[in-house]
Amino acid sequence: MSSRLEKKGNIDWTTLMIYLVLVFIGWITVYSAGYHPEDPGIFNFKQTYGKQFVWMCFCTLMGVVIFNIDSKFFSSLAFVYYGISLVLLLLVYFTARDINGAKAWIDLGFFRLQPSEFCKFTTALALSKFLSELNITLENKKHLITTLFIILIPFALILLQHDMGSALVFTSFVFMMHRLGLSSWVIITGFYLIFLSVIALIVKPYLIIIGLFVVFGAVIYFNLKKRNFKQILNFFIFVWLASGVYVFSVDYIFNKLEKHQKDRINVMLGKGGNDWNIRQSRIALGSGQLLGKGFLKGTQSKGNFLPAKETDFIFCTIGEEWGFLGCFIVIGLYVILLYRIIALAEKQKLKFAKIYGYCIVGIIYFHFFINIGMTVGLVPVIGIPLPGVSYGGSSLISFTLLILVFLKFDSERNKY
Amino acid sequence: MRDFYTNRKILLQGLILGSAIVFLLKLFYLQVIDEKNRELSKSNAIKEIVIYPTRGLIYDRNNELIVYNQNLFDILVTPNEVSDTINLPKLYNLLGIDSAYYFSQMKKAKRESKYKASVFIKQLPLEAYIKFKEHMQEFSGFEGQSRTIRFYPHRSGSLVLGDIGEIDSSQIKKFSDYNYLSGDYIGKNGIEKFYEEYLRGERGINSILVDALSRKKGSYANGKYDRDPIAGSDIITSLDIDLQAYGEELLQNKVGSVVAIEPNTGEILALVSSPTFDPNILTGRERGRNFNLLNTDKFKPLYNRAIQGLYAPGSTFKALAALTALKEGAIDTNFSYYCPGYYPIPGLRLRCSHRHPPALNVIQGLTHSCNPYFWQTFRNTIDLPRFGNIQKSYQVWYDDIVAFGLNQKLNIDIPNEKKGNVPSRDYFNRMYGNYWKSSTIISLGIGQGELLVTPLQLANSYCVIANKGYYLTPHLVKKIKINGKFEDNQKVLKKQLDIPEYFYSPIIDGLENVVNNGTAKASKIPDISLCGKTGTAQNPHGDEHSIFVGFAPKHRPKIVIVCIVENAGTGGSYAAPISSLMIEKYLNDTIAAKRKPLEKRMLEAVLLSDTSQIHHQLLKTTKQ
Repeated sequence: MSSRLEKKGNIDWTTLMIYLVLVFIGWITVYSAGYHPEDPGIFNFKQTYGKQFVWMCFCTLMGVVIFNIDSKFFSSLAFVYYGISLVLLLLVYFTARDINGAKAWIDLGFFRLQPSEFCKFTTALALSKFLSELNITLENKKHLITTLFIILIPFALILLQHDMGSALVFTSFVFMMHRLGLSSWVIITGFYLIFLSVIALIVKPYLIIIGLFVVFGAVIYFNLKKRNFKQILNFFIFVWLASGVYVFSVDYIFNKLEKHQKDRINVMLGKGGNDWNIRQSRIALGSGQLLGKGFLKGTQSKGNFLPAKETDFIFCTIGEEWGFLGCFIVIGLYVILLYRIIALAEKQKLKFAKIYGYCIVGIIYFHFFINIGMTVGLVPVIGIPLPGVSYGGSSLISFTLLILVFLKFDSERNKY
Repeated sequence: MRDFYTNRKILLQGLILGSAIVFLLKLFYLQVIDEKNRELSKSNAIKEIVIYPTRGLIYDRNNELIVYNQNLFDILVTPNEVSDTINLPKLYNLLGIDSAYYFSQMKKAKRESKYKASVFIKQLPLEAYIKFKEHMQEFSGFEGQSRTIRFYPHRSGSLVLGDIGEIDSSQIKKFSDYNYLSGDYIGKNGIEKFYEEYLRGERGINSILVDALSRKKGSYANGKYDRDPIAGSDIITSLDIDLQAYGEELLQNKVGSVVAIEPNTGEILALVSSPTFDPNILTGRERGRNFNLLNTDKFKPLYNRAIQGLYAPGSTFKALAALTALKEGAIDTNFSYYCPGYYPIPGLRLRCSHRHPPALNVIQGLTHSCNPYFWQTFRNTIDLPRFGNIQKSYQVWYDDIVAFGLNQKLNIDIPNEKKGNVPSRDYFNRMYGNYWKSSTIISLGIGQGELLVTPLQLANSYCVIANKGYYLTPHLVKKIKINGKFEDNQKVLKKQLDIPEYFYSPIIDGLENVVNNGTAKASKIPDISLCGKTGTAQNPHGDEHSIFVGFAPKHRPKIVIVCIVENAGTGGSYAAPISSLMIEKYLNDTIAAKRKPLEKRMLEAVLLSDTSQIHHQLLKTTKQ
């Protein structure tokens, strides 16, 4: 009994409280966004808000269980969970119903399970398990390739379900890998390619090639006298040629995309197209002004104006009813949560826990960035939920799992 | 654990803080600074109103309008806007409804949503709508929505022209590039279905501002995002609507079909399937009920016999068999065969169905439709020594026959075409092992056995004879209006057969003789040289089917026609006279006086065995 109390005493209450506040904000926002005049009770299980409450209760129960079992339950069996989740993904591919163009669900009758949500958790466990083993480093090519495979298999399976958003989340593991020693060049190249893609969609490809020629030419000119001038020259010529090929292929691939995907990208770049979602989202946010219209007083984010108002676009309702102040608080909470987890991860003595901490920071950050980014119109519309806040059992359970399992490891860090 | 990379946490920390700041700046701009956006959004929202384009019109080959749109109005109701003090008797009176209907519709609408408009009455005619509109302001919560429905002034060609109906969810998914909404109309059959993407046009969008109670507040961004609808493309078909209607009339009270094709273009002049029905019964409010009636009709009026009905071609196949034999050198044009009234194969009773003088050449063989002549012709072809064995020779015969467009879909431009059947070599190998001979499969020689053709295929194969060597994809649409100009149908292909042209002349002479002196004597048309062949298709389920296929005039034929009348006996009895009347009508525009009695007899003949469950006839009364 006393040991159990001791364990509980070590829970990082700050992190847990921040997360709980976010979940609570999510719940009342789901209530407001999905408010149905005929079912006004927040515990009405016919409506989304009632169901969300059921998931919250389930998560509480799950939390109690997590804190009362051995943490080895997660670390030792990591690959087993990983395997199970891959099997579920395959199962989904062959059996699932088609919802919003994505085949991502297993229908259990009372609950539609979305295995891709849980796969984030199991992949994080598997990666932590593999990379925390003795003598495994990312400098070793073989180990690096194995790591990439652990990420790419679920990525590919989810992509097969046409669930682009959930698949992209798996790219967020790059932050963890970087922290473990993956070359910074990978990150730099990644950002450079994203930058080039955006430019390539705005400006004609040949103009970019000329532009890069001028910029690189200038750089080379100022390095004329350097000792390693030849190396610099070769490097920039290579980058220039590769960029040229890339820019043209972006142009080509963009034209091969499906219409709604093209639309979403064009809208983000301000080039017109079917910008219904973004227009509605902007109006809803804008109508909130500094202090918002107040709880349940929003008009824009209700009715049929905004699709996915309780899930992917839930931030709109926050913006409309609680104004800039509400947005500031929610964004602030995420920043504190993420910083807190980074700080905790750094403190971990167990390599497994440290790696796992970085995995979940990456995942939560990615969701935060894409979801709020698309709502304010800075990122193309990609449908992924806002951690803890968006309506949905699978997503709420999976984020709760991600964070609570980390807090469980953290609570035991003094044991090692 | 040694860790060289502790500093790298800065990357994530930087990104997190950086994106949070960027988001907050953007939000600050949207929510606090941007006046325009705020003004726009102040208790207003945007509602997109879809404006439906008018569907393309359909013309016949003589530019006669055969399908157009009629305006009707749906009455919508928003339940929570209906006042409690509504004058119900007046409303009942204006809309022609009773209280039971009113309350059941209101209940339905409430179940849908109290705050949104749902359909209260469907498809109110214009006059009734105008009457209601004058009083509409007394009935808050009710509004009108214009809808167009198709109208078919000639009341014929139902299965060819097709119909439109509400889209179902599987189609919404299938054609997701057009963003159909549930409740939209889409072509369900015939030309309406096949040319949906041309006929439908482009929908327009009006973005209007509404307040929280969905009251209109004006247009959004001065109509910057509005789009006008673009009307659907008009279509000119190859049909001669008068010929089509005449064919339907001739086949009334009979089961069967007529296909008429202009041979040198592949344009289909008429495509009749009987029994048929007035296409207008599938447009209005009664569509669902009428569709069910048609669907349960014993004589299956929804089944397009012209392209789906499968028949043994019978004696009409003899012309194709003769051409094949000539091409392969199995017979020459002077091949003669003395018919003793039967064909001598031990163990089989093969009789000639006609009594006639001996056939001294292929012309006489066709004229008398002599079965033993064509059995011998078939055996000569299959047993040709140069092929060595039957596997090889049958494949050659098969390829020659299939070249006429049999055993394949001809890709006519309406849906549900059947492919028919010519049995393959493998089929016989499975059936008989490898022990089959020309005598085993001899019934193929006179168009029986496993042979099955659609009326369309049969007509098309005679186009080859009429054209002396080729056919064009049979099609119903000649031109489509694209960007304001009519353009030719691109999908018509020419198929050339490799039978030398000089083999066709004796066949055509034989076909002419059939009408002048042979089995179709009664169908001779004054001043028109009609060439054709009668047939009697064996029917395992009942009386034999009467078949005729022919073309006219003999030189430069303008029309190829096939007529099949089910359970009507020999080809000369009904199919040939009906075909000849249609040809006469098409070429001469009138029926000669001395053929009037024949026409009368055909029009009045009733060949439906059982008159129960014939819903299409009940429906005919809606034809005023």
